[in-house]
Amino acid sequence: MTRHLLIALAIATATLSAQAPDRGKQPPPGPPPALKLPTIQKRQLTNGLPVWLVELHEVPVVQVSFVVLGGSSNDQAGKYGIANLAAAMLEEGAGTRSSLEIADAIDFLGADLTAASGVDSTGVRLHVPVARLADALPIMADVALRPTFPKDELERLRQQRLTTILQAHDDPNTIASLAFSRVLYGADHRYGTATMGTAETIKAFTVEDLRAYYSGAFRPENAGLIVVGDIVPDKALPLLETHFGKWKPAGPPRPRAVLQTPGQPVARVVYVVDKPNAPQSQIRIGWIGVPRATADYFPIQVLNTVLGGAFSSRLNLNLRERHGYTYGATSAFDMRISAGPFAAAAGVQTDKTAESLTEFFNELTGILKPIPVDELERAKNYVALRFPGSFETTGDISRRLEDAFVFKLPDDYFSRYVQNIEAVTAAEAQRVAQKYIAPDKFAVVVVGDKKTIEPKIRALNLGPIKEVTVAEVFSEK
Amino acid sequence: MKRAILFLVLALTTPVMAQNAAPIQLDYTQFDLPNGLHVILHEDHSVPIVSVNVWYHVGSARERTGRTGFAHLFEHLMFMGSGHVKPGQFDEWLESVGGTNNGSTSNDRTNYWINVPSNAVELALFLESDRMGYLLDTMTPQTVDAQRDVVKNERRQRIENQPYGMASVVMDETLFPEGHPYHWPVIGYMPDLTAASYDDVVAFFKRFYAPSNASLVVAGDLNTAATRKLVEKWFGDVKAGPRPEAMPPAEAASPASVVKKTITDRVQLPRIYVGWITPPFYAPGDSALDVVANVLTGGKNSRIYKRLVYDMQIAQNVQAFQGSRTLASVFQIVATPRPGHTVDELLKVIDEEIAKIQQEAPTAHEVQRAVNQFETSFFNQLEQVGGFGGKADQLNQYYTSTGNPGYFNQDLARYRALSPADVRAAAARYLPLDRRVELTVIPERTSK
Repeated sequence: MTRHLLIALAIATATLSAQAPDRGKQPPPGPPPALKLPTIQKRQLTNGLPVWLVELHEVPVVQVSFVVLGGSSNDQAGKYGIANLAAAMLEEGAGTRSSLEIADAIDFLGADLTAASGVDSTGVRLHVPVARLADALPIMADVALRPTFPKDELERLRQQRLTTILQAHDDPNTIASLAFSRVLYGADHRYGTATMGTAETIKAFTVEDLRAYYSGAFRPENAGLIVVGDIVPDKALPLLETHFGKWKPAGPPRPRAVLQTPGQPVARVVYVVDKPNAPQSQIRIGWIGVPRATADYFPIQVLNTVLGGAFSSRLNLNLRERHGYTYGATSAFDMRISAGPFAAAAGVQTDKTAESLTEFFNELTGILKPIPVDELERAKNYVALRFPGSFETTGDISRRLEDAFVFKLPDDYFSRYVQNIEAVTAAEAQRVAQKYIAPDKFAVVVVGDKKTIEPKIRALNLGPIKEVTVAEVFSEK
Repeated sequence: MKRAILFLVLALTTPVMAQNAAPIQLDYTQFDLPNGLHVILHEDHSVPIVSVNVWYHVGSARERTGRTGFAHLFEHLMFMGSGHVKPGQFDEWLESVGGTNNGSTSNDRTNYWINVPSNAVELALFLESDRMGYLLDTMTPQTVDAQRDVVKNERRQRIENQPYGMASVVMDETLFPEGHPYHWPVIGYMPDLTAASYDDVVAFFKRFYAPSNASLVVAGDLNTAATRKLVEKWFGDVKAGPRPEAMPPAEAASPASVVKKTITDRVQLPRIYVGWITPPFYAPGDSALDVVANVLTGGKNSRIYKRLVYDMQIAQNVQAFQGSRTLASVFQIVATPRPGHTVDELLKVIDEEIAKIQQEAPTAHEVQRAVNQFETSFFNQLEQVGGFGGKADQLNQYYTSTGNPGYFNQDLARYRALSPADVRAAAARYLPLDRRVELTVIPERTSK
């Protein structure tokens, strides 16, 4: 009914198109399209390995993601970087296949196979034309289930990683993010060092370390398969059963280390990392944020959109559009199983570093006050109304399903998402602002040309200034 | 980051399909408005979004000396409001309906896209048409000043404060002679950004932003007939304006000898860039050079990668690519030595492998492996309707480059038709060892 009326209206206006349209007010949107979520079909292989499948028949491709719970967060003390290295080593030899054989077969199929660990999970992901799935899947299964961890490949990756860390010294953006985590969590906490680990740990890893990590973490009760693409369960499940259904754990389970969240900073400190002659300063401001399971998830999404999550957010309008100090200013809550950092961030021109800090704090203080109704509504609509269109590619949907799997989101999480955002009130937004935004206690990290920027930062009297060296950021003695 | 700049449009990101599969079927409707705007509509109802994608057929190659970076600066100004849209409202209104937007500038073109939920397509068409027709009504010198500062910071972030960021600038300056439209960087030079004036904005808009110099794609969850009426409604009153003269051809060829250049940067390790001028986008040789790049450095089994990174382990990485553009392309090989090794050691191996592929055709397996990867990249691109590199963007790229929005199958055929002998011939003809630029970036300090 409504739909027909809309079409009739569109035609009626179009007949007037010989004349100029009325540009006096913007055309209002029609009723929002219905939320048409992809159906998640949940199954299980005979060994208990769960399979979540979403059919998407638009393009003849499929993505298969093998997800293991646990990532760099669960690295034991002294072994920081083991999850990351072990994931990278999966493709370096598996079953009877060598590193070069795996790469050649996958490339020849036009497939993309990656193995990588994140903070809370590790994934082996295959993206392939569906006609070649049957050829690619045995290789993927070898990589995920039968890695051989060859010693010479470990030595090669070790040297490559040590060089990667050396090169990271060049990049102010990387340094700023690492330094920020380090001052918040401390050098001994897992979040205080890079997911890749340090030069010291990387130099020490052995094949035995890799095997011990693998057998403790890669287990059917600890993993799942996510399949999204141009395939039906009757085709997919027999294939998956053949290649993953007989998998048994190699040894006893090992409990994952549980991360303790350290206390928040109690007073504001400015940490300066010197990058002589840098034309911009990289800034991070914030403290420890929230875990993914926070009850305040939806109000925080709305709050952060107002502050720094969209183009028209306050930080960007101020630092970029009003003052021209930067190419872009943002803020983000990095939510993990344990509380990750909250940071407001920008790269700003060196001679406006102090001015930029002032504007950052103007906005971080301003967000504690009630948010005007129209601004709050815009932020809610921005988050809620683009949600239905965000289940587009096999990659998009796979990532959302991985999140649901890793963070154990409720079954109705996606179907209730839009209403949960729309339900956020101004009072809730203000409550979470006052709870999670504490400008007086925030850590401030500035990576830039110290001789130019420090005198003016000191004059701001934000708090004590401490110098952190690039070597300290990378845990080098 | 928003309003990005594209230095190269890599042919690798172009779309396809699996061998022996049916041709790519992508239906669209196209027509011209009386004011000269070319319009392409494509329906895809898989998710409730519509993308409005405009390409203006002007990039940094149309700039003049002393005003480099202007096409990109102008792109920024397109988001600052227009006759019926106050500054700030463009983004505010789109965000209010759940929309996102962005734009980018290359040597050859400037593109803009707006993704909206399908119920808000008329708002997107209104905004896009308003800045095409009425941009200058609200433009002020203050607007130009504000975005000038933003763009200077974009340059600092992407070039000057980016490790090895100056290398791409110096490579183009060295390969293309002074006066060639690709000699200067898309982002421009700082003094030229300072010099850009309000009057320049007016002149540039009048010369290059006429509807006859643009093409519009609307793609996604739409009804073709109804959308055509909406496009006619909102774009019909945009004044025609003179169509700019076509971009004049510009001569460019790899240098007559090896040109060596060295720059310093705040980096730990040196890096070598080797560059040649090669055939333009879609010209004979262009797709063969994509395959040459893949055979040399695509994956662990590729020839140079395997020797330098996998076997000898004297390089941290090596990458070759054909950066395809309208007037001329650039083929580059970029390699970084491991600590304790030199760029000369890497160059020796690189040159041995180039000489080898110039003399002997690669194996059928190597060529097929590369072509299969290009086929898949075509598929992958079809998964997304909007944004950079989605279907709307690709329809517009094909229309702009070839006059045929549905060039998908012809583009794929360029790769499928290649024989190993074609790949060898392209390497022999276009990558002469004695005519090229060798640019070395060396660390400012020898010790850390």
